[in-house]
Amino acid sequence: MSDMQTDIHSADHEHPHGNLGEVILETRGLTKHYGGVHALEDANFTLRKGEHVAIMGDNGAGKSTFVRQITGVEQRTRGDIYFDGQPVHFAGPLEAREAGIEAVFQTLALADDLDVADNLFLGREKTKWNWLGPFRFLDYKAMRQDTIAALEKTAVKIPNIRNTIQNMSGGQRQCVAIARTATFHSKLTIMDEPTAALGVQETAQVENIIRTLKEAGEPLILISHNMRQVMDTCDRIVVFRRGRICANIDITGGDVTGEEVVSYITGAKTQPEYDVEGLT
Amino acid sequence: MADTTQGTGGLIYDKSKRAWPNEINIFIALILIIGVFEALGQILPYMQGQSFLFDTSGRFDSIFNEARLKIVILQVAIIGIIALGSTQVIISGGIDLSAGPLVGAAAMIVMSFAQTELVNGNPNPKAVFGLWAMDLPVIVPVLVGLAFGALIGAINGSLIAYTGIPPFIATLGMFLFARGISRWWTEGQPVSFPTEGFAALGSGMMPVFWFLALAVLFHVLLRYTLYGKRTYAIGSNEDAARMSGINVKRHKVLVYMIAAMLAAFAAVVLSSKNLTAQAGMGQFYELYAIAMAVIGGVSLTGGRGSIPGTVLGAMVFGVIQSGFTYVKLDAYYQLMAMGMIIVGAVVLDKWRQQRGAKMG
Repeated sequence: MSDMQTDIHSADHEHPHGNLGEVILETRGLTKHYGGVHALEDANFTLRKGEHVAIMGDNGAGKSTFVRQITGVEQRTRGDIYFDGQPVHFAGPLEAREAGIEAVFQTLALADDLDVADNLFLGREKTKWNWLGPFRFLDYKAMRQDTIAALEKTAVKIPNIRNTIQNMSGGQRQCVAIARTATFHSKLTIMDEPTAALGVQETAQVENIIRTLKEAGEPLILISHNMRQVMDTCDRIVVFRRGRICANIDITGGDVTGEEVVSYITGAKTQPEYDVEGLT
Repeated sequence: MADTTQGTGGLIYDKSKRAWPNEINIFIALILIIGVFEALGQILPYMQGQSFLFDTSGRFDSIFNEARLKIVILQVAIIGIIALGSTQVIISGGIDLSAGPLVGAAAMIVMSFAQTELVNGNPNPKAVFGLWAMDLPVIVPVLVGLAFGALIGAINGSLIAYTGIPPFIATLGMFLFARGISRWWTEGQPVSFPTEGFAALGSGMMPVFWFLALAVLFHVLLRYTLYGKRTYAIGSNEDAARMSGINVKRHKVLVYMIAAMLAAFAAVVLSSKNLTAQAGMGQFYELYAIAMAVIGGVSLTGGRGSIPGTVLGAMVFGVIQSGFTYVKLDAYYQLMAMGMIIVGAVVLDKWRQQRGAKMG
């Protein structure tokens, strides 16, 4: 336990962001093989509190595999994950969520026949008369008030929160899913291509929520193919290529160009510290 | 593409602007069906202008034909109690085919604990147990019945939740198993002569009282409690419910237990009403109960439906049965018509869903 703490501190000064908070997530040697396929190889990744990191890379580069190991959707082949100072081994996504990792996946975990407030509080309903056990009563009023507050913060346009999710647009649904993470103040939010299926205005709404998270000091891992979006909302870009991390680029200075990032994605360039045999 | 193209908020929460409740459609359908029978009474030559639900001939206290109204609601009350359970199971995305045989088995067991020692001064000729089981307080057979229902429901629910077999298969197995229990219990002999206290449970209009009281109770549970919300959530998107931290397996067991306990209670009321329990009791009840729920707007794909809808569905069911008798149609036409109505209700539900999806 104490060994590990000192380990993390010793890693501190290697990181370019001395002014950011303490480490919330660290992976060391994280590896995932599907049979003979090496989907993820030896990923060392660090995320600090309040930091927004983008994960970029071509399809099949290992981005989603990486996220699936962290969120407990899959079990890693090798390596260690430290979350909030503790070594973790999530048996499933539920355990990860209980620990404070909230993931928004492309396939949204929403119940179509329930309304906005019901979906926002799904599995975490506010109740009263709790001595009634499974038959305790729902506190609809409190849930609706919180829903309105949460959605007002995100500036999402939803005609009526008592409508079922079924009849809502992709953007509205995505915003409801993201508003869930924003409402419950998770320790780490992970979004896997949240705007891939959205229009211009809906994308702007989602990016607005991402900025709200940034202002609240909540860390984020954002998987995205949208260079402008990444440049606008993130502090750092980690590039994956063929299952390995090939670049870790600080973009807070504003001097990094999209072309440079693309050259890492395509394999034209690799940062020297990540240049291992077999990558290029 | 600029950042300034942000949403402008504009969140509306309008209490008055709510979707048209499906229950109103069913109520309108109910009125229309009554109207059809009313019209048939006037048109068909052999009916001699009798009225279906109204009776003004020489009466001044009421224009309704209370006798028929009572029959309509009384004949659906007991299956209606089962339908309250079927509604919850179907909303959770499942199906329960075992309710009918469960009624038979529960009735046999319950009646064995509800017998009276002396019948007209002679020992009870149908006694199942010894004297210890005679003239027990009425609460005993009721609790025995509910416990039996809970056990059967727990088996149904556990099979479905923990082995992952389809609800159709699990409850089909229980369908046969429970019918076997009811025949094995007394090797086919009926169980009769209950205590006065037990006979009072289902006498007169008591079945209607139980049906409506339980309907109110379960409407409140489904609409206003955690249990209800999670039942809808699981039926609507089971993966989402699981990802959200809901214990889906445990909840399913609870839903099937409640449904089976309702069926067992229906057995209590039915055997009390008939003053006897027979191994063949409850035939087709599970299908009629499912039909009432489906007519009442409960979607077989799960996630949608309500108890008031099912109560109205039961009324539609009762009116059609009663109406067919009223226009002197034979029972086999009733079965055919009922079959068509059930299929029609599911087709309507499918259309409604597709229209809803297109609007989105």
